[in-house]
Amino acid sequence: MKKILTGNVICNDQIANDIYKMQISSSHMGTIRAGQFVNIYLEDKSLLLPRPISICDADENSITIVYKVVGKGTKELSAYKTNEKVRVSTPLGNGYFIDGKKFGGQTDDYKGKTVTVVGGGIGVPPMVLLARKLKEKGAQVTAAIGFQEEPFLVEELGKYCSEVYVATDNGTSGFQGNAVQMIREKNICSDEYFSCGPKVMLRALSDFCAEKDIPCQVSLEERMGCGYGACVGCTCKVKVKTEQGTEIQQRGVCKHGPVFFGEEVAWDE
Amino acid sequence: MNNLDLSVDFAGVTLKNPVTTASGTFSARESGEFYDINELGAVITKGVASEPWAGNPTPRIAETYGGMLNAVGLQNPGAVAFIEQEISYLKDFDTRIIANVAGRTIEEYCSVVEMLNETDVAMMEINISCPNVKKGGIGFGTDPRMAAEVTKAVKAISRKPIIIKLTPNVTDITEIAKAVEAEGADGVSLINTLLGMKIDTQRKKPVLANIMGGLSGPAVKPVAVRMVYQVRRAVNIPIMGLGGIMTGEDAAEFIMAGADIISVGTAALVNPTAPVDILQELKLYMQEQGFKTIADIRGAFNA
Repeated sequence: MKKILTGNVICNDQIANDIYKMQISSSHMGTIRAGQFVNIYLEDKSLLLPRPISICDADENSITIVYKVVGKGTKELSAYKTNEKVRVSTPLGNGYFIDGKKFGGQTDDYKGKTVTVVGGGIGVPPMVLLARKLKEKGAQVTAAIGFQEEPFLVEELGKYCSEVYVATDNGTSGFQGNAVQMIREKNICSDEYFSCGPKVMLRALSDFCAEKDIPCQVSLEERMGCGYGACVGCTCKVKVKTEQGTEIQQRGVCKHGPVFFGEEVAWDE
Repeated sequence: MNNLDLSVDFAGVTLKNPVTTASGTFSARESGEFYDINELGAVITKGVASEPWAGNPTPRIAETYGGMLNAVGLQNPGAVAFIEQEISYLKDFDTRIIANVAGRTIEEYCSVVEMLNETDVAMMEINISCPNVKKGGIGFGTDPRMAAEVTKAVKAISRKPIIIKLTPNVTDITEIAKAVEAEGADGVSLINTLLGMKIDTQRKKPVLANIMGGLSGPAVKPVAVRMVYQVRRAVNIPIMGLGGIMTGEDAAEFIMAGADIISVGTAALVNPTAPVDILQELKLYMQEQGFKTIADIRGAFNA
């Protein structure tokens, strides 16, 4: 059964402009896949809907989320102090496919393979747990991460990645431009790409991977209602092969995603 | 709480308790991952049409103060897939199944009703009140003559009780309620969402891709309670009350206003276990107040 748990805030620190990192004690989370998210249920009851936030990292007794303060809900979250209670769901959605068979091939064995995790802005946090899991599977992991201005989580990614390439829109840190431009210009090659970030970035990466015939997985974002598949508020369009050919079908981002294969996504629909 | 009797007769169907799930906010497998569906008196499924509907573009959801707007637009896989996937899964649970029926034309409503006649569905809720579909939906629900026509047509072919879901987006909801009662509706449910809108003042654009959507949640509850109260005094058929029910006491308030059973909708998005939590809270409230039956709650109200 999925559950709503009450955890304790272990720490909640600002790590960049408007970016906070919160660690929450939670010993009954169950198995967590990289790329899954949790719903955070707020105390301010005028803000009805839960806030879906990706899992940045996790251990047996805690999860870490990294979020951007963009409105009243995340503002409330940023004010939580150590030892305060926070209501959080068990992991939701499907994460990155790195176990078992997957679309177009095998993923079990990453030994000797090179992979690149590509994050843009607030899409960078789930790359940390993903990089860790991929490294544990024997992959050589590279990170290519892009920000508007101020980078974050570079050090954390450095623990699991042989290289961490940073891009900023204004060039104040690292490469000037976005993460996919950086991948192209620096020729960051790998056997598979994994990404989370703005749709325009995900699409650019998907196009890049299609050109080179390399698999890529993208984590989509959509405004959610329930976050667990009951309301059908968040959908995306995917290409599905049928006996008649390829047809466009709708999928729930929270339930079937948020991770999809780049070639599945019907970007123009 | 063993001495409580929460069972209710609704349109000739006995429910073990008065708590149901509002259409569009319940999905058998997904909701069932959070609580035991067997605990509920009934579940009301998402609106289903004769053929698959794609629904509206995203964003479809917007949060408002104490409420939310949705413009899902009744996305559904069509009746054949719905029966295969949802009804066949739900039929093994010890709860009544109420199927919500959508249509763009009277013929479409009738086609779905005909297909559902052959299933384990206990009742059908006819959605003539969705504000998010351009044809059908609310177009039928705001005109007493059209509402009556749909009711008459589906009643003629249905072998199950028919509940008509009413919209609050009308001047006088009792007129519509009386019109559908006159054509044989076995019950009414109210309210569907209130037509609303939200503008992103930074982007200077509507938040919803559909521009307008249906407002639900606690923000609409006083409107819903008032309409249940008005309709209770206008018709004799049973009423399903819904609109912003978040607690057991909210449920009791609807019953006092005149509802026979209640539906939990937006609360289940805010808290996935809300339907069973509200049932538990309702039992506690009854115990505190010394009520033994649902009729006791209704009987205690004195306007």
